[in-house]
Amino acid sequence: MTEITATSTAYTSKELVTDQDVRWCPGCGDYSILKQVQTVIPELGIPKEQLVFVSGIGCSSRFPYYMETFGMHSIHGRATAIASGLKAARPDLSVWLVTGDGDALSIGGNHLIHLLRRNFDVNVLLFNNQIYGLTKGQYSPTSEKGKVTKSSPMGAIDHPFNPLALCLGAESTFIARSMDRDPIHLRTILKRANQHKGTSMVEIYQNCNVFNDGAFEVFTEKSSKAEETLFIEHGQPLVFGANKNKGIKLDGFKPTIVELEGNSVNDLWIHDETDRVKASILTRFFDDPAKEGHLPRPFGVFYTENRFTYEEAMEQQLQESLSKGEGDLDALLRGNNTWTVA
Amino acid sequence: MNKTIELKKDVTILFAGDSGDGIQLTGTQFTNTNALFGNDLSTFPNFPAEIRAPQGTLAGVSGFQLHFGSIEIYTPGDDCDVLVVMNAAALKANLKQLKQGGVIIANIDGFDPKNLKLSKYPDGVNPLEDNSLANYKVFKLDITKMTKAALADSGLGIKEIDRTKNMFVLGFILWMYNRSLDNSLNYIKEQFKKKPEIVEANTKVLKAGYHFGETSETFMTRYQVEKATMKPGTYRNIMGNQATALGLIAAAKKAGLQLFYGTYPITPASDILHELSKHKKFGVKTFQAEDEIAAVASAIGASFGGALGVTASSGPGIALKGEAIGLALMLELPLVLINVQRGGPSTGLPTKTEQADLLQAIYGRNGESPVAVIAAQSPSDCFDTVIEATRLAVEHMLPVFFLSDGYIANGAEPWKFPQSSELPTIKPVFATINSKTEDGKYLPYKRDEKLSREWAIPGTKGLEHRIGGIEKEHETGNISYDPANHEFMVKMRQAKVDKIADYIPLQTIDSGGAKGKLLIVGWGSTYGSITAAVKQALAEGLEVSHVHIKYLNPFPKNLGEILNNFDKIIVPEMNNGQLVRLLRDKYLVPAQGFNKIKGIPFTAKEIKDKIDEVLAN
Ligand SMILES: Cc1ncc(C[n+]2csc(CCOP(=O)(O)OP(=O)(O)O)c2C)c(N)n1
Ligand code: SF4
Repeated sequence: MTEITATSTAYTSKELVTDQDVRWCPGCGDYSILKQVQTVIPELGIPKEQLVFVSGIGCSSRFPYYMETFGMHSIHGRATAIASGLKAARPDLSVWLVTGDGDALSIGGNHLIHLLRRNFDVNVLLFNNQIYGLTKGQYSPTSEKGKVTKSSPMGAIDHPFNPLALCLGAESTFIARSMDRDPIHLRTILKRANQHKGTSMVEIYQNCNVFNDGAFEVFTEKSSKAEETLFIEHGQPLVFGANKNKGIKLDGFKPTIVELEGNSVNDLWIHDETDRVKASILTRFFDDPAKEGHLPRPFGVFYTENRFTYEEAMEQQLQESLSKGEGDLDALLRGNNTWTVA
Repeated sequence: MNKTIELKKDVTILFAGDSGDGIQLTGTQFTNTNALFGNDLSTFPNFPAEIRAPQGTLAGVSGFQLHFGSIEIYTPGDDCDVLVVMNAAALKANLKQLKQGGVIIANIDGFDPKNLKLSKYPDGVNPLEDNSLANYKVFKLDITKMTKAALADSGLGIKEIDRTKNMFVLGFILWMYNRSLDNSLNYIKEQFKKKPEIVEANTKVLKAGYHFGETSETFMTRYQVEKATMKPGTYRNIMGNQATALGLIAAAKKAGLQLFYGTYPITPASDILHELSKHKKFGVKTFQAEDEIAAVASAIGASFGGALGVTASSGPGIALKGEAIGLALMLELPLVLINVQRGGPSTGLPTKTEQADLLQAIYGRNGESPVAVIAAQSPSDCFDTVIEATRLAVEHMLPVFFLSDGYIANGAEPWKFPQSSELPTIKPVFATINSKTEDGKYLPYKRDEKLSREWAIPGTKGLEHRIGGIEKEHETGNISYDPANHEFMVKMRQAKVDKIADYIPLQTIDSGGAKGKLLIVGWGSTYGSITAAVKQALAEGLEVSHVHIKYLNPFPKNLGEILNNFDKIIVPEMNNGQLVRLLRDKYLVPAQGFNKIKGIPFTAKEIKDKIDEVLAN
């Protein structure tokens, strides 16, 4: 392995742009996410050559080709497994994983849950557009029931995944949600993801304006955003609404919406990122925005936990073995029982 | 008592019993003792597919065959001279393996009505009593009773006592072949270090078995198998999977690379994982992935990071890895792919051997996806061959298949192990900042005279670049859908594999002349049977030669020339005819297949008979 001597932590966003033409459809939410990533990364103090972007297959997975870092565009669903091997071999690298809802939750579902439980220190950016973009518009595992697409002319009959609930169930140590249309929030979350040691799972609502335009409109459009979204912050009460006039209160385990008028902020649910049970309830804020009395959709860091990463544990066992003396190849080849023929 | 000693050149002995009878241990211990004594030998364990098949049934029979001698030994033996059976099922399952006039040593406790019924002998029939074994020399021992007697005052429970039965058998066999108990005594001491009462019990029973031979009036003859004349040097005994694991550690060390082994358990490949996971002090990282796809993908990730990425499986798992292998060859990263073949298709015969994945290795992926393929021919040869697979993968930057199979993976033989200093050095070529072009660009797919590219690993300043599985432009690696470029790249990847022929040894002739009437062409684990058969035929003055191909893709450059020097070509394979197709396809020679697809290896006799038949026509 080459010795890394000089590092290069000083670079601009522009230097993260490659000479390749970006091939996403005009108006695609992927552009904004790329822009936010390119904006945030130079602020993280990571030498450029230590950055690796690994992706699977899908529109979103073209991402590495547009990042002037090390990158691999792999095969459908397996970026998680590739990143696991890379991180196991090279704990020193900063590994970012770009995947879609089909890539991560359908074909790659198995690898995703295992990545999370093992807690490799990688940052997962899950571009959720609730559709298969690259294959031109079939329903995905996050498409809502009844979704009419090319492959479901009478409406999808699959019940969709709730991605963050799934990830929490898979022992994830960091789950967060953001969206393509809120650059400031997305940048904050990206930074938080980078800070977290362990697998950081960031679900990003991304508009596919060609095959699923407006899927997240209620959360992104000015007219409805304030009423339909809930931006959560550690230590802060759960407040939302156009005039910050609504809050969430916990009634036992049941979240209820209360008007702030007449209720003290102190009675509201205070967000605690380290509370797994409450995080689990938060991931269940997932009902159909058209339904009467539905809860707003949370954005922000739901849950975070410090747990040993796989690569740390692996290194530790290695060091423990090495501390008793490095392996002697000749002794290994010789084994315990030999005989000599003169 | 005055006992006679009869000299034997070689002996084949088969230990058989219930999976729980400790048969594998008895076999291994007897093997090691003979190896230490200086015999040449070859072994073949035969496991049932079920872990704990009902006791006493035919499905639960486990066997261990050992062929040892003062002469050169190439196979675990066609037929047995001696059959040791712990119960009726073991006799029923293995009697056909015993030579006429051979010796049967039977534990009569295993022939009680219950055992006879479980092994499906007709009501009232006991083969030990009905004279049906008149053509064999049968010795009936009440091993269970004698074991109990030996441990009468030990204070151990019935179960624990019963578990030491195999030591009685071992002790007795050691007596019969005039061997010392020392190696087994040491083993017992080491194995049960923490349980002195168990050490004592096993020692007692082992000695009781030996003593029984000495004093019994039934056994008046002992046998002596002298040392073999082997090449001078220091030897050890080694199994194929173990040799593969050691070879990987050695190869990584010789290449100066970290070894990363990503795999998912599967018979008969899992023992490589078990072995490697013990050797962390060599810096080995083993990763038990969630499935075979993740296993190969993790190895690719590790290779991308500059480690030696290795993955292993058997047929069904290799099928799952197909897409990712295609990715690795598009990325042009080193990847060692181990296939310990077993009977297929689908789950097939998990514990049986076969050579039916050759075409899968060469062709089994979508698109034009050439990779290098090499095969080991014996347990110890796994060591050299997996090092060679690593050399090709690292120096030519591509996936290389290393084919082994259940037969050599679990088989053992003496190995004149090398000094680490004698092993070939493997030279990875890493890209550095100097790899950039004059105008400061880095071309990840710029090729050298081998048509190979440099290994540009993350962390190397200034070499940031992207690679992927989508068709790429020559040299730059950028995505390209250009028709002419695709055709160019497909041919380039083929040329790159073909080019390896310039960097591997020429094909040699294993035995026989360079020209003649008949050539036997083999690959992989058939080496032993073919060698034994051809040597015998040559001794009888027959005009036959043997070529054994290690490099299956690409073939050695002179292979066609050799094939053309013979009137007839026979290709014995444990499959329905795979190498034979490749040879016919590439060299347009009238090669004929000779196939055995029974989950068990060829016997030397089967091949010798074929030679006789072909030469008679
Ligand atoms: C093994 C395999 N199966 C199927 C495909 C086809 N395929 C490519 S991308 C894709 C789905 C992409 O959806 P998503 O992951 O949501 O990404 P998006 O394109 O929406 O960003 C499919 C089915 C493939 N490339 N490989
Ligand atoms: S198909 Fe959809 S997701 Fe894909 S690039 Fe176009 S807009 Fe984006």
